[in-house]
Amino acid sequence: MSDWRTRLPAVTGHRLFWPVVALVLLLVANAIYRPSFLAVEVKNGHLYGSLVDIVRLSAPLILVALGMTLVIATGGIDLSVGSVVAVSGAVACLYISRQPDQNSLGSVLVALAIALGIALLLGLWNGTLVAVIGIQPIIATLILMVAGRGLAQLITSGQIITINSDPYRMIGVGHVLTLPFAIVIALAVTLLVALLTRRTALGMIIEAVGGNAEASRLAGIRARRIKILVYVASAACAAVAGFMMTANVSSADGNAAGLWVELDAILAVVIGGTSLTGGRFSFGGTVVGALLIQTLTTSVYAMNIDPQTSLLFKAMVVIAVCLVQAPAFRARFRRRRSRGAAPAAPVGENRKEQVAA
Amino acid sequence: MSDRPPVLTMTAISKFFPGVRALDGVDFRLFPGEVHALMGENGAGKSTLIKVLTGVYGADAGTITLDGAPVSFSGPMQATAAGVSTVYQEVNLCPNLSVAENIFIGRQPGRLGSVRWREMRRRASALLARLDLDIDVGELLGNYSLAVQQMVAIARAVDVQARVLILDEPTSSLDSDEVAQLMRIMRQLRDEGIAILFVTHFLDQVYGIADRITVLRNGRLVGEYPTAELPQFALVEKMIGKELDTLERLDERAGRDRAAVEAAAPVVEATDLGRSGSVAPFSLTIHRGEVVGLAGLLGSGRTEVARLFFGADRADQGRLAVDGRPASIRGPIAAIERNIAFCSENRRTEGLVGELSVRENIILALQAARGWLRPVPRRRQDELVRRYIEALSIRPADPDMPVRNLSGGNQQKVVLARWLITEPRLLILDEPTRGIDIGAKTEIQRLVVQLSDDGMAVLFISAELEEVLRLSHKVAVMRDRHLVTELANDESLDAERVMRVIASGAEQKERDEA
Amino acid sequence: MSTTELTGRLARPARWRLPRRQVPVLVSLALLLVMYAIGVSQYRAFSNIQVIFNVFIDSGFLLVVAVGMTFVILTGGIDLSVGSVVAMTAMVSAALLREGMPSALVLLIALLIGPTLGFLMGCVIHFFEIQPFIVTLAGMFFARGLCTWISSVSIPITDGFWTGAAQERIRIGENFVTVSVLVTIAVVAVAAYTLAYTRLGRNVYAIGGNPQSALLMGLPVGRTRIAVYTISGLCSAIGGILLSFYTLSGAPLIAVGMELDAIAAVVIGGTLLTGGAGYVLGTVLGVLVLGVIQTLITFDGTLNSWWTKIVIGGLLFAFIVLQRLLGFRKK
Repeated sequence: MSDWRTRLPAVTGHRLFWPVVALVLLLVANAIYRPSFLAVEVKNGHLYGSLVDIVRLSAPLILVALGMTLVIATGGIDLSVGSVVAVSGAVACLYISRQPDQNSLGSVLVALAIALGIALLLGLWNGTLVAVIGIQPIIATLILMVAGRGLAQLITSGQIITINSDPYRMIGVGHVLTLPFAIVIALAVTLLVALLTRRTALGMIIEAVGGNAEASRLAGIRARRIKILVYVASAACAAVAGFMMTANVSSADGNAAGLWVELDAILAVVIGGTSLTGGRFSFGGTVVGALLIQTLTTSVYAMNIDPQTSLLFKAMVVIAVCLVQAPAFRARFRRRRSRGAAPAAPVGENRKEQVAA
Repeated sequence: MSDRPPVLTMTAISKFFPGVRALDGVDFRLFPGEVHALMGENGAGKSTLIKVLTGVYGADAGTITLDGAPVSFSGPMQATAAGVSTVYQEVNLCPNLSVAENIFIGRQPGRLGSVRWREMRRRASALLARLDLDIDVGELLGNYSLAVQQMVAIARAVDVQARVLILDEPTSSLDSDEVAQLMRIMRQLRDEGIAILFVTHFLDQVYGIADRITVLRNGRLVGEYPTAELPQFALVEKMIGKELDTLERLDERAGRDRAAVEAAAPVVEATDLGRSGSVAPFSLTIHRGEVVGLAGLLGSGRTEVARLFFGADRADQGRLAVDGRPASIRGPIAAIERNIAFCSENRRTEGLVGELSVRENIILALQAARGWLRPVPRRRQDELVRRYIEALSIRPADPDMPVRNLSGGNQQKVVLARWLITEPRLLILDEPTRGIDIGAKTEIQRLVVQLSDDGMAVLFISAELEEVLRLSHKVAVMRDRHLVTELANDESLDAERVMRVIASGAEQKERDEA
Repeated sequence: MSTTELTGRLARPARWRLPRRQVPVLVSLALLLVMYAIGVSQYRAFSNIQVIFNVFIDSGFLLVVAVGMTFVILTGGIDLSVGSVVAMTAMVSAALLREGMPSALVLLIALLIGPTLGFLMGCVIHFFEIQPFIVTLAGMFFARGLCTWISSVSIPITDGFWTGAAQERIRIGENFVTVSVLVTIAVVAVAAYTLAYTRLGRNVYAIGGNPQSALLMGLPVGRTRIAVYTISGLCSAIGGILLSFYTLSGAPLIAVGMELDAIAAVVIGGTLLTGGAGYVLGTVLGVLVLGVIQTLITFDGTLNSWWTKIVIGGLLFAFIVLQRLLGFRKK
């Protein structure tokens, strides 16, 4: 009964269809350009290959984007994640650099705890500005985006703090069970956040707050707490990403660490089909979005184009994705296509809006 | 009047939306120097007709002529330029600009592209003086009351040499003094020869000012009548149509057993409860199994009373007791904990989360009360949702459909279901039947009766007095943000008496002037 | 009931509310004066008038960019692309000059690219109803990507017109200003006039106040919205030219984060972020505040540059909270 005619729209209409298609196309293009691209091999018990690299390099972005997904689902936005990445990396590296034995696992864990704690405070600050004082999210987090950069530089005294700590390096470049540790962390955090939101009612409550804040309040949801929670979660994710980024290079640079990451993260969320106006969110989409962005960056590197130029491609991807998702654009497109054909009949709200308005 | 040719005629206008026939061959005409009321229930097609007239929508069939020449406007701006101006219910002006600028923006007096502020202010003052409105035109519009803003909107509309002025529910947020002022301006403009199309829900205003009435029902023209020849009852009948019979059947419930409910234990008792700037202190007791109707015009403070009971706004005066124990209701959560439920009048903005499914919307309040760590088990969700979809006959009966795809009546039932599964002891319904079709309306009214018979206390707010009278054991009347009086709903109480109280406000002193 | 009595009752506005509109501007003025007083009391050289002129010389391009941003924010929008457009303009100029193109033509081309990009972004924002934030983010990526596509390293400018404009000193008594300062003042004057005395300017305020109403009042909402992004693009282009006068080069990574400074200046200058209220002169004050902070920190010598960011963040916070306290709210 359900031949391709009826199934096709169901597949193409899925919100992950176009992002996945884009990702696959990009991988295919890479494979054609460089056939070794798809090769994955095990060397010294570690998994190696371009694909593995892409996933490993996208781990920090996935983390930041996960937190961003939650924030955006409540109808907010967090511009300060880049600064939080810088601050948390700087704090962790500063603490480790002051230790007599930088290789001590104990002091690395203390460093991580301190840095994570500070990041949580920064998240709490954002959440308070948005949920308690009632400042628009884009502006509230802009404050920390500006000041946090300064804070990170203050912590590093404007220097690049270099450390030599094997346990810390592990976070960025280590391996566990043949898999790069960064991938394991990203996977674990993704699963954790997904479980926390989808196995409890948190996900639905976040979507309700993002979909209609006032209705949620009147239904008895503590929207304020939920909002604070998502900003704290976002900061926590950014902090872990900050550890990864600094561990990758064993140094903390208050100026450069996490630069642009907020934009990439927002981009990943949007590509993943979560609407910037809040409401329904999709972690799967966000992960695909982050992978797509990293693949794009890696491809640009591989093709020997200046990495900054990848911004040009990103710009085009942003516009394309937003246009595809924009109702106004879709409406135009559909009108053109269905002229003459009988229009489908979405009854109900449309009518109410037009008649009762 | 009829010996003059009409300034505007609309002939056989039809407008279709996907699956809906919003207007079906409607005729309408408007003569210079008359106030013509366009009447109809929600969904009758009034707004659509106005939007077709002003070019917001194109008509699918039919013709419009202005001064005998066929016209087809591309939008409100072109309509305005041709002399057809519209003033909407929500004042569509910019509160951050001055009064003068609001009147003239878009066509400011100027020279070489430069706005001449002094000239503009002078002309604005002159124009408002013509409407007998003496205000500082340099002041920001947002600093004036809604009524003044409404009149500034009218000033803007008539300044463009309007020959046709459309007033789309301009009075719904005004108090009676303000309405009187507005009516005076309307009469003045009418006497100047302007044709006024007046849309309102208030019958007394129609009979106070309209020369002629056109009634629409379900997108069709019912008829055009001189006001003098159409008694109020006949008008209501024409607006509601045959369905009136369905409503009448429920009427048998009138004169419900008041003695029993008044003997029952009180669920909530408000004593001098109030919130400054919102509603003056009032006292009201609602007993178990009692339906208390709250009557009054829009903006009289009905909704504000409901919001205080629910904690949607926080009271700053007086006391509230639930089950005889003092309760401080600081927010919706505190109210929900005490088994109070509130269906807001604004389904879309304060009730539903449009994007979420019917199921999620129904369990939302229950889930919120349990906290996010204890999700309602899926099986229980299914069972609850199925039961209430069935009990309230929510259509389509698909729990996973986004609730925004449902019709107004079904959306209202979803909100009701959300609260019913929390098993409230006091259910506050603010305009639950507004903007929904007559069938759903009757079902909801039946439900209210049934719930109260089962012992639930209900606070029922409606602009329709008949509905309030039909359902309530007693009626509390609001006027000017005061609870003026409580009337026992016995044989002697009828709509007219309630109306009189609303209109006169009894001997209420304005005690919270300070 | 007498009508005058009624209108009297209806028409009485809350008088005390009137000056609240000006409060943020007055606060930034006071802040500027206090900071200047601190500077004068601490450092003798600070009282030299040239210090003030230097603030203008050093942040002229930021002021021009912030003026463009003011237009956008007044409509309730935001433009994140300005920093990149500034860099792109400088980059394109430098590259074209290196190719030996006549300077007048280069100037013309450079001044056209920014507004064109702004126009396109405005069109996307208006016609497809996509949030300004995300569209201008794409514009930011695009312009920055173009910079590095042109060259990944800095291109020096040796053109006579450019060096002339950069080195020309216009004496005012004992002191001097540069050509850039004059251009800046001209831009500010034109912008202030446009906002206060032209229909375009008033439409900008109307849209910021209530876009729905503006549409129903028959105002050209789409055209105005596209215009503000075009204006912002033009201001960024002018800012880019001024920056290239200042640095005599085009560098791919210059002016990174300038959009933040511009937004901060606009907010500190008292413009409401939700749109509808604010003045160009406030933005001038905002830029001066930022400039004086920078100068103070330079004069101090012991404070490091990152304190600038922290202080700007603090000021942003203070002014945004001030806006909240004054009860400006969008319905």
